[in-house]
Amino acid sequence: MVVKVYGPAYASPKRVLLCLVEKQIDFETVPVDLIAGENQHPDYLKLQPFGSLPVIQDGDYTLFESRAIIRYYSEKYKTQGTDLLGKTMEDQGLVNQWLEVEAHNYHPPLLNLVLHIMFSPHFGVVRNEQVIKESEEKLAKVLDIYEERLSKSKYLAGDFFSLADLSHIPFTNYLVGPVGKAYMIKERKHVSAWWDDISSRPSWLKVLEICK
Amino acid sequence: MATPVKVYGPSISTAVSRVLVCLLEKDVPFQLVPIGMAKMEHKKPHYLKMQPFGQVPAFQDDDITLFESRAICRYIAEKYTNKGTTGLFGTNPLAKASIDQWLEAESQSFNPPSSVLTFQLVFAPRMKFKQDEALIKQNEAKLVKVLDVYENRLSSSRYLAGDEFTLADLSHLPNTQFLVEKTNRAELFTSRKNVSRWWSEISTRPSWKKVIEMQNA
Repeated sequence: MVVKVYGPAYASPKRVLLCLVEKQIDFETVPVDLIAGENQHPDYLKLQPFGSLPVIQDGDYTLFESRAIIRYYSEKYKTQGTDLLGKTMEDQGLVNQWLEVEAHNYHPPLLNLVLHIMFSPHFGVVRNEQVIKESEEKLAKVLDIYEERLSKSKYLAGDFFSLADLSHIPFTNYLVGPVGKAYMIKERKHVSAWWDDISSRPSWLKVLEICK
Repeated sequence: MATPVKVYGPSISTAVSRVLVCLLEKDVPFQLVPIGMAKMEHKKPHYLKMQPFGQVPAFQDDDITLFESRAICRYIAEKYTNKGTTGLFGTNPLAKASIDQWLEAESQSFNPPSSVLTFQLVFAPRMKFKQDEALIKQNEAKLVKVLDVYENRLSSSRYLAGDEFTLADLSHLPNTQFLVEKTNRAELFTSRKNVSRWWSEISTRPSWKKVIEMQNA
């Protein structure tokens, strides 16, 4: 029985797909159409009561929240595929620290840009230029701190690629693509090198291929 | 003897108090190092060295400096797995993942609206900032949706992740304490039978009572 991942067309589920590919874990995907409101259907809400994506089913076990899912599989299959958590408890602490940074500092302003520029007028979002401007400013400040960090460290948590870097890939892909703000990455030397490195990993190319 | 761990920040901060209650649950001795936020100490170079985003808390033990309260809590729960409340982060990988799922739900769904409401209703008046009524309304509506999900979940589960108190419940203590005790929005929680029952249980734990004592000191 393989892991089922719901909502592959969207960015948060792609965190999970990336992790499963890195860990060499077989999976299948189940499409969920957000624009048609399939995530609000009672059958979906039984699996994910907040109506968010993704959710996974692994036999009888259901798990939601992409960052919880990737932690679970990275720990369960620690010795298989890429070690995404680091070797020591302290390494893992740093991975979790930068995962939290991604969740609380990086993701919210980037999500605003994605919703207002890419997805409005869907999902009840009315494009608001002030929100776009403020979100870009917030994200720029965060990227300045990343630039400083990545000038001293090859990856966010240390000298190893981890869940912390992986978690950034799907939404940053939107930023440099359809959101039209690649300059935010490219104008920062170390952030740019880091992005080139992590976005050219075979796992990401495979996920893009699967989700075409 | 190892030096006690250090937590940097004011105990009144929701993120700092999240770490304090976790250390107390795990029986880990600690030293709280105050950071004078009114004097912008959290934006000064010596603090930014530990926490480059200029936020509280920061955490240090013999082996590491860490920031982000939920990362710190996960680290404490792992490192001191056999101390204090042993089931705080589960005793097997599946249990841990279920807890992590609800901790992420707190972080992604509960925290944003409850933080905005805490700031607008509790701190803005104290700091003499003008309240934003539209923002309050918007975030109250978001929080109501989340609490409806919790009400349903807690109708079939004593705590969020199962039968035991875990990090997932703990993470809700700081913001909920403010909203229930320091605003006129307590009924968001108390009018929901299962949420109310859950809140009574988790907020009367000795560890949380101790944190409130520290905040009032």
